[in-house]
Amino acid sequence: MTTTTVIVGASLAGINAARTLRLQGQLGPIVVVDADPERPYDRPPLSKQILTGEWEPEKILLPAGKEDLNLDFRLGTRAKALDLSSRQIILEGPTGAAETSSFDSLVIASGASARRLPDTAGIAGVHVVRTLADSLALRAELDAGPSRVVVIGAGFIGAEVASSCRKRDLDVTLVEALPLPLERVIGAEMGQVCAQVHIENGVDLRLGTGVLQIETSSVDGVERVRAVALSDGTVVEAEVVVVGIGVTVNTQWLEGSGIALDDGVVCDNTLLAAPSIVAAGDIARYPSERFGRVLRVEHWETAIAGGEAAARRLLAEASGETPAVFDPIPWFWSDQYDRKIQLAGRPMPTDECRIVHGTTAEFRFVALYGDGDRLTGVLGMNRPRHVVQLRALFDEGVTFSEACERAAAL
Amino acid sequence: MRIVVDFDLCESNAVCMGIAPEIFEVRDDDFLYVLDENPPESMRAKMEESVQRCPKQAISIAED
Ligand SMILES: Cc1cc2nc3c(=O)[nH]c(=O)nc-3n(C[C@H](O)[C@H](O)[C@H](O)COP(=O)(O)OP(=O)(O)OC[C@H]3O[C@@H](n4cnc5c(N)ncnc54)[C@H](O)[C@@H]3O)c2cc1C
Ligand code: SF4
Repeated sequence: MTTTTVIVGASLAGINAARTLRLQGQLGPIVVVDADPERPYDRPPLSKQILTGEWEPEKILLPAGKEDLNLDFRLGTRAKALDLSSRQIILEGPTGAAETSSFDSLVIASGASARRLPDTAGIAGVHVVRTLADSLALRAELDAGPSRVVVIGAGFIGAEVASSCRKRDLDVTLVEALPLPLERVIGAEMGQVCAQVHIENGVDLRLGTGVLQIETSSVDGVERVRAVALSDGTVVEAEVVVVGIGVTVNTQWLEGSGIALDDGVVCDNTLLAAPSIVAAGDIARYPSERFGRVLRVEHWETAIAGGEAAARRLLAEASGETPAVFDPIPWFWSDQYDRKIQLAGRPMPTDECRIVHGTTAEFRFVALYGDGDRLTGVLGMNRPRHVVQLRALFDEGVTFSEACERAAAL
Repeated sequence: MRIVVDFDLCESNAVCMGIAPEIFEVRDDDFLYVLDENPPESMRAKMEESVQRCPKQAISIAED
């Protein structure tokens, strides 16, 4: 009997699940469904090289999407509902017609969407950056040379958009509700360093400030952004606004299906969500023994690793093998101006943070995070080699103080 | 198998070094050095993983 697998989401997690299934010998049909009509592409360049204009879309196609893996792609097709009892997915095709697709096994890899500000739908000049279409639409507006871009949210995406705008020599105001950027991810001390990087690069940084309202004016019958009113009472004029305030997971199509949801798809420690149903990438929430809590990781590398692991999980179930535990060390990078920030691990903002290499003054350093004697994170700014080498310490089980000593000796 | 790195694409993030330090090394000058351009066949799985995990799609394997 051949197995039919349906994969919802043809992005990083989904396409790597498909590739792994095929290369590990699945013979039956693999149907890959994605609401986005584009051929599978990579997202990190959307806030970087695509936005600056250095790269064209052709360059960001995912390699696995171009391989001959005999996949049945259904692009421009949205999953609307899941019926567990009949093991079917209700789809809406490019023409809006409803279809159903039966499966023996299912990979949930529908990722996440950019959060938007309330009541801003339809206002020209207000952007998010999650899809290729988003990035190209923003790029077209940046090409026109707006007098000022306001970026709302100084998280990684907001910071990268600000950086790409500065590379184009545009004036940028970056607004962040928290007292320091990325404080909840890397703590106050490192948040301060990231704030300084923006300032050194000529960004008008407004911290601890919320957005009251997007002010608009009507140009040729089109409602267009004119300014952003901030909670500190100031109003910043802007021709373009980019909103980078995080994501919401794409679980709408799973609601009421019986799949457990909790800001993501609830999986076990092997990425299994239900019999023969796995989840991977930004949407998957799994218990991490390594970090002693349940994680949902929005990183590029975790999406690849998760896609591969989810596929192997299905294959293990089919063959009766013991499934492998999914508990990688989260790792990501962010490119901002001429700085490369990398974080391995998953520190809490309250963890102790110790600089073990270089200095923050030169924006070239390594910092380690520890919770008591447990190493929880490795942060590097323009220190990729160190981050990669120190990341290995997680698996060696060294204590925080030992890790600091090892780091100083690198 | 021969390892080819497109140095115009490589951004020295050292991901490949994390996977196969015997072959890839990012040094203090922040450049990537390929220590062995013709790795033994026993390294193939790691080389393929490096190709997949390079965020810049800078690594390829040539068969010659
Ligand atoms: C602008 C940007 C820059 C980034 N930069 C970095 C970086 O520098 N470093 C880093 O580590 N990570 C970065 N990331 C994060 C990384 O790209 C994500 O973690 C990764 O894309 C997650 O992959 P995924 O496959 O889980 O989900 P997604 O990439 O979100 O893909 C989900 C797919 O599912 C589809 N879909 C959703 N709902 C449905 C439905 N109902 N039916 C059918 N299809 C559906 C969507 O169209 C989408 O193609 C960045 C992300 C963005 C957006
Ligand atoms: S993983 Fe790719 S970009 Fe990073 S150092 Fe290696 S070749 Fe260069």
